[in-house]
Amino acid sequence: MTQQIAVAPPARVEPPPEPATRGRRRRRAERAEARAARTFVAPAAVLLTVFFFVPVLLCFALAFTNARLISPHGPQFVGLDNFTRLFSDPLFWRSLRNTVFFSAVVVPLQSGFALVLALLINAQIPGVNFFRTVYFLPVVTSIVVVSILWTFMYQKDGLVNHLLQAASFNAIQGADWLNNPSTAMPAIIFMSIWQAVGFHMVIWLAGLQTIPGDLYEAAELDGATTWKRFRFVTWPGLRATRTFILVTITIAALSLFAQIKVMTNGGPLDSTSTVVFQAVRAGYEQQQTAYASAISLVFFVLVLMVSLVQRYLTRDKD
Amino acid sequence: MAITTVSRTDVRQAVSQANRKRRGRRFGRAGGYAGRIVLAVFFLFPIVFMLVSSLKPDDQIFADLSSPKAFLPVGHVSLDNYRKVFDTVPAWRFLANSIAISLITVILGVAVNSLAAFAISRMRWRGRTFVLAAIIATLVVPFETFALPLVWWVNKLPWLVIQGGVPRWTFGWLDTYRVQIIPFVANAFSIYLYYSYFSTIPKELDEAARVDGAGWFRIYRSIVMPLAGPATATVAILTFLPAWNQFLWPLMVVQTENDRPVMVGLEYFFQLNVAWGPMMAYATLITIPVLALFLSFQRAFIGSIASSGVKG
Repeated sequence: MTQQIAVAPPARVEPPPEPATRGRRRRRAERAEARAARTFVAPAAVLLTVFFFVPVLLCFALAFTNARLISPHGPQFVGLDNFTRLFSDPLFWRSLRNTVFFSAVVVPLQSGFALVLALLINAQIPGVNFFRTVYFLPVVTSIVVVSILWTFMYQKDGLVNHLLQAASFNAIQGADWLNNPSTAMPAIIFMSIWQAVGFHMVIWLAGLQTIPGDLYEAAELDGATTWKRFRFVTWPGLRATRTFILVTITIAALSLFAQIKVMTNGGPLDSTSTVVFQAVRAGYEQQQTAYASAISLVFFVLVLMVSLVQRYLTRDKD
Repeated sequence: MAITTVSRTDVRQAVSQANRKRRGRRFGRAGGYAGRIVLAVFFLFPIVFMLVSSLKPDDQIFADLSSPKAFLPVGHVSLDNYRKVFDTVPAWRFLANSIAISLITVILGVAVNSLAAFAISRMRWRGRTFVLAAIIATLVVPFETFALPLVWWVNKLPWLVIQGGVPRWTFGWLDTYRVQIIPFVANAFSIYLYYSYFSTIPKELDEAARVDGAGWFRIYRSIVMPLAGPATATVAILTFLPAWNQFLWPLMVVQTENDRPVMVGLEYFFQLNVAWGPMMAYATLITIPVLALFLSFQRAFIGSIASSGVKG
């Protein structure tokens, strides 16, 4: 039928009964389109419901129960018990403090370092692709591999200390990095930045490349110095990228887990225990799903608060 | 005539100024290269150290630490460490598991997410904007917030098995392949990437195809998907990397050796307290496939990461 309409001469006047059947036909086609669309969306919608929306709601619900991972009884409502227990647990506060410390150091250092790298590889010089590839290599190396490799390098008689000795002509002897409560977290911070900075370098780079070249030419004609060109052309041009980078680094930093699990298991003396590490320990090792849900809920609120504050601080002021 | 008023000294001055500027720039350029090379060494040396150490026995590794030999494959170089890996743990099995899990996740992910994005971006139906808003809302919630309730939840999920020709429901997804695949198939960010790519493909193509009598699935499969190659590459890479690197999730839901993926296998191997040489061999073994993929599809890899920045 559609073919008939397509070949019909455009000037042809439809006979009176036609509009009604055409309308009905169009409605039928619309219904068919809607039905097809819902069928296409259905697999994704079902999967996202079962594996995203339900678990998020479960996190809220289970936090107020006594659910255990494996238990003959169903979960029972216990009110705020999990939260009173959580807030009176010094280990939880310790983990929260460690997590906040890690994020407070990693977010500015990593985003700043990533921007410097992006500026270096945005230059129009030969060989820049090579440098981009090399700076990006640690990103495609799994964090578990990287953690084990650096555990080896951080040993008392390991590569890092040998390099420090060589570079300082034996002036620096180095530390037993991961077994000392005061150096374990800084060592993990250093390694985490080494691994992830290339990721954010690429995102900065994508932002840099959206800034039109004539802006730089105009600034150069006006005699702007390199610093002024950065301050008044590059920096304002990176506003959207900046928000995105801040939010993603912060969320990734607050979720710190794999490095801790592999390298220190929270030690020494809980100096590297984090919120997600605590949640996993409670929910998986001790099978206390409810208590772990309460920790996850606190983590969720933390992430939400931080991203709202950052969005507010970096909002469009115009 | 302005040109005649320029004196020789003016010209000489101008030339020497230009020379000085060029020389300064050349020094700047040499300095720039030095800085970039130092940074390249900083990012490379641990990886080179890992590759080289995987070929040496432990006493050789430690003896070489205080000299540049730590980064050179010299001395007692052999594949013994690799042999040791396969003698200690079923590493082939772990590798095969991870390859299967990541490939199936990528294939299902491309199919499910592109189909959903197609319906959202190119078809008219009620509830479209609501579904899009719900999908975008999921982007801000990190996996770690609901991972633990999800463990409890997958332990209750049903699965249909056929036993002796009779279908029967079983409960609990722990220690299976599917628990490592199915939760990660539908991905809001992949849907979003396809959605934004599809909106750059002219809708007139669909209309022309409909006039020719093509159904919606036909339009999706034969017109829109073949034109969405770059989006598919991005989604494939952004699904593959986390699937291959999965650690937290399989650590909690997979206890049996047969279903274990490479990263959990590596941590398990690490807990056995074997020598460092075999550790480095295993680490190299599971890094090489990804490094090879990255080096051959560099542009696509970096492009896909860059495009993940658009969601801000």
